[in-house]
Amino acid sequence: MLEVFTWLADWLTYGLAGMDPESKLGTSLHFFIEDTTKIFALLVVMIYVIALMRASLNLERVRHYIQQKHRLTGYGLGAGFGAITPFCSCSSIPLFLGFTSAGIPLGITMAFLFTSPIINEVAVIMLWSLLGWEFTLVYIIIGMGVGIGGGMVLDVLKGERWLKDFAAKAYRQAAETPQGDSPAPEAPSLTLKERHAFARDELKEIVERIWKWVIIGVGLGAALHGFVPDGWFADNLGSGQWWNVPAAVFAGLPLYSNATGVIPVMESLILKGLPVGTTLAFCMSTVAASFPEFIMLKQVMQWRLLATIFVILLVNFMIVGWLINLLSPWLFSGFH
Amino acid sequence: MKKIEVLGTGCKKCTTTAEQIQAVASELGLEVEVEKVTDPATIMNYQVMSTPAVAIDGKLMHSGGVPNRAKIEAMIGA
Repeated sequence: MLEVFTWLADWLTYGLAGMDPESKLGTSLHFFIEDTTKIFALLVVMIYVIALMRASLNLERVRHYIQQKHRLTGYGLGAGFGAITPFCSCSSIPLFLGFTSAGIPLGITMAFLFTSPIINEVAVIMLWSLLGWEFTLVYIIIGMGVGIGGGMVLDVLKGERWLKDFAAKAYRQAAETPQGDSPAPEAPSLTLKERHAFARDELKEIVERIWKWVIIGVGLGAALHGFVPDGWFADNLGSGQWWNVPAAVFAGLPLYSNATGVIPVMESLILKGLPVGTTLAFCMSTVAASFPEFIMLKQVMQWRLLATIFVILLVNFMIVGWLINLLSPWLFSGFH
Repeated sequence: MKKIEVLGTGCKKCTTTAEQIQAVASELGLEVEVEKVTDPATIMNYQVMSTPAVAIDGKLMHSGGVPNRAKIEAMIGA
């Protein structure tokens, strides 16, 4: 079904524009047209459909659900809901405080916040269409893993010691008050018409927010694709020395992008022979460890906690990179 | 005069919400005082998790997005 977009790009680039399929510019333009049209078409359809389904999911219900569960299950749930709950980064602070003041452990809240930027419907759709389902699955598993692992380590270190006073106080108060079986917040019962209205607004908002990122990301990916020779990474970086992974993590740090912008770049990097683990480490570092987000969290955390979280994330990305590089001969046998 | 607080940590949608409330109020000839609240502790005390949210005279009326016109009228008109 998706070949349509390849044909469209063939026709526009080589037919209409009369470019040479062997030329750098031709290859780049072809890549750009194919990926942008494909991504936008899929996004519009999928965002709408997913929004229809999750119109009645709200944070109050998610919080209540997590509260009722055992702590260990909580980490998985935190990361899982972080992945599926519609959530804008400007809400991180209210969400953080809402969870904390309900007595949800810091690690579970952070599992939610770690996973949220890494996995969302837009990222999954793009990965699936550009890199296939095996890769998407691995991405989801490690995204959840980074969230769950990071959250657990944070609780083992008793990170809640380093919350700002008012947040720590709210957390202690909630922990001291017996929770009991408070009734679940009611699921809003929505008519199909209301669901449609929600989905339409959601679609409009998401597309408005990400279209630039798609263009920039695919543009960069296309440039890499056309102008960097095949095997360049293997020739210049060696094929997967251990230090490549930390280097990729640090290279990703100052770059601030969301998953939408970085996924098309990943596609090109992998096609050009950068090992999959190294690529993923770079991508996660770009997406999930961004300074603007960290500065926001400063409102509720002391520096010490922020620094701890930062280090945990970086170490996680490196572990992911090394692990996937080690396993990739088995995981992606058909890939290179 | 109604005291309207727009709760949010300062994203674009919060500004839009405040502007729209102000606009609707002036259109209806209502005198209101619109204030943007960005202090995390205050937002926490309102038990809000999705911003922008709107509180009127200390009572939470709306949360989770930019309210549409009908909702704004209902909130400030009543």
